[in-house]
Amino acid sequence: MSAQVALAPAEEAELAEAIRAASRPLSLTGGGTRGMAPEGQSLSLSRLTGIVDYVPAALTLIARAGTPLAEIEAALAAENQRLAFEPPDWRGALGTDGEPTVGGLVAANLSGPRAVAGATPRDHLLGLRFVDGTGRVVKSGGRVMKNVTGLDLARLLCGSRGRLGAIVEVALKVLPIPEASASLVARGLSPQEAVASMSAALGTPFEVTGAARTADGATWLRIEGFHASVTYRLNRLREQLGGAWEIAEEDPWQGIRDLEGLGEGDLWLVRCRPSEAPALLGRAGPARSLMDLGGARLVLAMEPGTDLRGRLPDVQAVRLGRPDTLPGSPAVARLTEELKMRFDPRGLFGT
Amino acid sequence: MQLPKPDDRILTRKDAIVARLREALGPGAVIERPAELLAYECDALSAYRCPPLAVVLPSTTEEVAAALRVCAEEGAPVVPRGAGTSLAGGSMPTSDAVVIGVSRLTKVLEISTADRLVRVETGRTNLSVTGAVEGQGFFYAPDPSSQLACAIAGNIAMNSGGAHCLKYGVTTNNLLGVKMVLMDGSIVELDATGETGALDLLSLVCGSEGQLGIVTEATLRILPKPEGAGPVLIGFDSAETAGACVAGIIKAGVLPVAIEFMDAPCIRACEAHAKAGYPDCAALLIVEVEGAPAEIAHQLGLIREIAERHDPVAFREAAGPEEAARIWLGRKSAFGAMGQLGDYICLDGTIPVTELPRVLTRIGELSESYGLGCANVFHAGDGNMHPLIMFDANAPGGLEKAEAMGADILNLCVEVGGCLTGEHGVGIEKRDLMESQFAAEDLEAQMQVKDVFDPEWLLNPAKVFPLALSEARRLRARPAA
Repeated sequence: MSAQVALAPAEEAELAEAIRAASRPLSLTGGGTRGMAPEGQSLSLSRLTGIVDYVPAALTLIARAGTPLAEIEAALAAENQRLAFEPPDWRGALGTDGEPTVGGLVAANLSGPRAVAGATPRDHLLGLRFVDGTGRVVKSGGRVMKNVTGLDLARLLCGSRGRLGAIVEVALKVLPIPEASASLVARGLSPQEAVASMSAALGTPFEVTGAARTADGATWLRIEGFHASVTYRLNRLREQLGGAWEIAEEDPWQGIRDLEGLGEGDLWLVRCRPSEAPALLGRAGPARSLMDLGGARLVLAMEPGTDLRGRLPDVQAVRLGRPDTLPGSPAVARLTEELKMRFDPRGLFGT
Repeated sequence: MQLPKPDDRILTRKDAIVARLREALGPGAVIERPAELLAYECDALSAYRCPPLAVVLPSTTEEVAAALRVCAEEGAPVVPRGAGTSLAGGSMPTSDAVVIGVSRLTKVLEISTADRLVRVETGRTNLSVTGAVEGQGFFYAPDPSSQLACAIAGNIAMNSGGAHCLKYGVTTNNLLGVKMVLMDGSIVELDATGETGALDLLSLVCGSEGQLGIVTEATLRILPKPEGAGPVLIGFDSAETAGACVAGIIKAGVLPVAIEFMDAPCIRACEAHAKAGYPDCAALLIVEVEGAPAEIAHQLGLIREIAERHDPVAFREAAGPEEAARIWLGRKSAFGAMGQLGDYICLDGTIPVTELPRVLTRIGELSESYGLGCANVFHAGDGNMHPLIMFDANAPGGLEKAEAMGADILNLCVEVGGCLTGEHGVGIEKRDLMESQFAAEDLEAQMQVKDVFDPEWLLNPAKVFPLALSEARRLRARPAA
């Protein structure tokens, strides 16, 4: 056996060559911050870096996959713009280190609290290039906002955790940073009360861009926009929701985004309908929990070793920081397996 | 337009296939008399027509599955059909194809305002989805201009957009799940996968133009209706300044729900037709913002400030709903107005918004060299252009000449960094241009996805991919007799 040599190509052609030449499973990583890479020979995308094109007036940015998110966020901030899907930083929650990259973010499709208003990498993805398991370079989508030309392989790759190929370059929609942001808070609401209030708020025309109940039992609602608009909307929301709500002094959203305050334990993420969330939390058993997206995304800190899927077999539940994925129904499992066969016939990228 | 040679074995087995379909679904669900088939010979790309072998109109997902099983066993191609409003020939049949239409699948299955979703059968029209929830203060956001007639099935097949997608996104951003039937008759449910690591098959299906399966149920996101909306109309003496104004509005952080652009030929045609009081100028923008009255006033104030830096020749705010309707009147009648002037084809390319002036100049040059009029009306905020090329369908070679100019314009869209189709789909119309946007490897990868869902290549087989590229697959599944 030869010593393990870390592969870190700096160009697309080099990456394609490395994948063509691979003779055993690869462990694809961006910045290595999520703990999701399968076992195998290390293949890092961290040297495929650089912003390729950024057009503020078109709200579009193209960057190579290994570009640090920090570099992209700094370039956007200089134009008063941002990635609206609030890239989460889970290094603290997962006990990992490394530098978050834009390719890793798209491969994992991780979003922050603004996903409640439709902001996720998947929704803001305009196109990408990837190298599949045969070493073939494929592009899908482009760099324009509306594009229905051909099958949407870009979104198929988004969130696939590198199981079909290595993302080389991504094109994303960016958005202006609003003038103001402010929140309402109500403390001591039960999960049922919190979901009822969040659903009521999300059913108003006031464009709530954050709705979460944190582990300390506080429930939060965020409004963003022009100063006058934020003031107006917060006041209208308070009128409609009633007495328990006050204007928050603090800004909880980065903490919610980064899964802070959940304490010790294995972190599990559950996707469900908000109306089902309180009952699911009950069935999960005692755990510190965060309800985000109005109750559509739950994160629970479970006793180490607990398999939450056993308690909640009927919903999507995944352990964070693990490469395991959901098998889905038999039909979905078959389609997934056959797509894997087409794009990764040698099984280089994990299952 | 080239179509594959129909399969004689299917044509000669028509009676047997119809009998099997009737047996599986009942006589009322199958249409086969030539006169009745004429209603299904084309969609809204009506220059191309071909009556199908038969039409099946199932009433349940299980009936769709039964019909597909018969077709799979017979090796008969299937063309899925929503409401037949495709502008790209997405539901145009071939003579050996069975059309499976979802027009009887119209039920609302569930409304949950608490979860902000609605579950419907996909034969339901776009506008009637909003109709089902507007009493509770909600709406379904994608709003293609055919929304009164078009079906959700077709919206999903083409990933439809609309004038308001600048703010609300297109179908793929508002689709939460589907129930679909694969060509082998198996029924699959696909949900949004988020960050769970499962492959996002739902995204593959949205915009797949009936290549992967027939979607019978859809779970759609619904949104609370805004408090109000206000449009403003701004006229400019050149397309460049209008384009610069659009860039300025976007950069300023105003996020309008719509920014519509019309050029001089379009403005004049609309004005003659609808008499909306549009100024006679080189370029016109309609910008619409949403919110409470004070919020609308604030945003329109910012827009006015930006517009004034670009010396507008006209600036008209709507003082009330009547004036707002008048501002939209011309734009909404644009296609009808152009139709009064003669025949036209409507294109659908997207360009990076910053390329607008260059592309309009080049379209003007093409218009001159082809000797064909061309009016531009499009969604300026997202770069989705709809050039309308005027021609005389009765003149020999008239359509072909217009199509050649259209192909030049779409290739230009690709050349400047855009794409062939922003919201209408590829269908048969842009099928043969795909190689200008994609490399052979890109299209091969897409066709491999179809292989997984439809290994025999029976679903809408003559669409999306250039015929020469898909030929081996189509013939492998159905070797020549």
